[in-house]
Amino acid sequence: MSLTSDPPIDPAAGTTDGPPAEKAVGKAADPGTDYGELTVVPARHPWRWVAIAVTAVLVAQFINGLVTNPGWEWDVFAQFFSAPVILKAVWLTLQLTVYGTVLGFALGIVLAFMRLSASPFLRTVAYGYIWAFRSIPLIVQLLFWFNLAYLYKELQFGIPFGPGFFTFDTMNLVGAVSAAVLGLALHQAAYAAEIVRGGVLAVGSGQLEAASALGIPKLRQLRRIVLPQAMRSILPNAANEIISLFKGTSIVSVMAIGELFYQVQVVYGRSGRVVPLLMVATAWYIILTTALSIIQYYVERHYAKGAVR
Amino acid sequence: MSATVEAMVEIRSVHKNFGSLEVLRGVDLSVRPGEVTVILGPSGSGKSTLLRTINHLEKVDQGWISVDGTLVGYRRDGNKLYELREREVLRQRTKIGFVFQNFNLFPHLTVLENIIEAPVSALRRPRKEAVESAEKLLARVGLADKASSYPAQLSGGQQQRVAIARALALEPKLLLFDEPTSALDPELVGEVLDVIKDLAHGGTTMIVVTHEIGFAREVADTVVFMDDGRIVEQGRPADVLDHPTQERTRAFLSKVL
Repeated sequence: MSLTSDPPIDPAAGTTDGPPAEKAVGKAADPGTDYGELTVVPARHPWRWVAIAVTAVLVAQFINGLVTNPGWEWDVFAQFFSAPVILKAVWLTLQLTVYGTVLGFALGIVLAFMRLSASPFLRTVAYGYIWAFRSIPLIVQLLFWFNLAYLYKELQFGIPFGPGFFTFDTMNLVGAVSAAVLGLALHQAAYAAEIVRGGVLAVGSGQLEAASALGIPKLRQLRRIVLPQAMRSILPNAANEIISLFKGTSIVSVMAIGELFYQVQVVYGRSGRVVPLLMVATAWYIILTTALSIIQYYVERHYAKGAVR
Repeated sequence: MSATVEAMVEIRSVHKNFGSLEVLRGVDLSVRPGEVTVILGPSGSGKSTLLRTINHLEKVDQGWISVDGTLVGYRRDGNKLYELREREVLRQRTKIGFVFQNFNLFPHLTVLENIIEAPVSALRRPRKEAVESAEKLLARVGLADKASSYPAQLSGGQQQRVAIARALALEPKLLLFDEPTSALDPELVGEVLDVIKDLAHGGTTMIVVTHEIGFAREVADTVVFMDDGRIVEQGRPADVLDHPTQERTRAFLSKVL
């Protein structure tokens, strides 16, 4: 049983449903004057039934393959799905996602308002940041951060270009996990900035005008009038970003960090059970993405207030 | 036209350009407290821009405007005028109500929340007090039962009446209306004009930009006719509307009447 075999385009499926449809459309009653009295015959869709039949066969083949093919090794899957190593790795994947999202969107909001600012300098700096971080592949960036200690042996907090107060050894401060969080967040910020900016631009200019005509303080205008309305167009895009960041954490495996994908690779490297372990990772990614999608639904419903009659 | 000390609004040789386009070319106008001034004129004559300069939604390029004895957008110190910071401009605007052509209600807030937003956040009124006065205002514009509706659930006329209540919630000394009925279906114009008339009779100082000549005749103390960035003619409605002295005014009125 192979999933890649040609889909059986069954000619029989088409002919059984097809012909009767033609007959039904003909003239039914004598051409009277009151059309309201006549029986209505719904239009038939023979080709839709063909498509349904073909699709049903393909789906059945796929499910049959999942169940009957011993190569999936569902017993191995079950054994590792909730194994402590895997659960720990799932937890780390979630942490990378949460930190990456929170830091990324925090910086993204700052960048978005810089790009919307009246100062050409702030606008240019924000644009330059977005340009750079959208241009560099995430994996290249992550490896840069991982090797930060090579560029800067020490990090110092103090007066810019002046004396420093605290000095840290880069190697100790920027461990693998924080390098990964940094890379994910900085990468995410560039995309988040554009999403937030798009959302703010989508709020009609009349809204800000009305708010400022009423003398509502500037910060309050943003928080109470602009952002809640911007959220409606920000949310679907932001949810996409969070989901893709969540799966994107698997790239971090190049830095030998024990997140889900890396851990799965370690396990199948030892046991040789590649397929069931990839399935373990897949199942977890699907479950958690589904959870995120459900959260998205409720958050979007919250921000739809006033938009539906 | 002399600069009277007790004028509520004083506009002196105001100029405004949008790029190379001169929208206002030297406008002078005073409005006495309690008076209703109606500004008429063809599209592009600068009447809406003039109205927007009065609460500093547009900055003037030359000249000055004062409302209730206070310079709009600037502070005088000796021989210099200092541009006010945004926070100070916002505070000035709480004394001037503005009603927009397209209502500009906040769609994600209920009618009640729309009305109490500015009193609570800009004037720091206690919420309970703001709600009480909002309910009174809603009753006054005939929408007492709509407090918890969202703007999208209301007709255009109802939305504009909420917008008027929202402007009144700040207890402004001056109300500005920018074509308040132009975006409405014809059968809804009357209900909004009735609310404005009611306010006019109550002694609120108002400047109304409109195309409703009948409303001007009935309610205005002064009718101002603008064309091409200037005031062409002004006076009592009976004079300006029925016996205009300027050819331009006559031509305009013959088209709209």
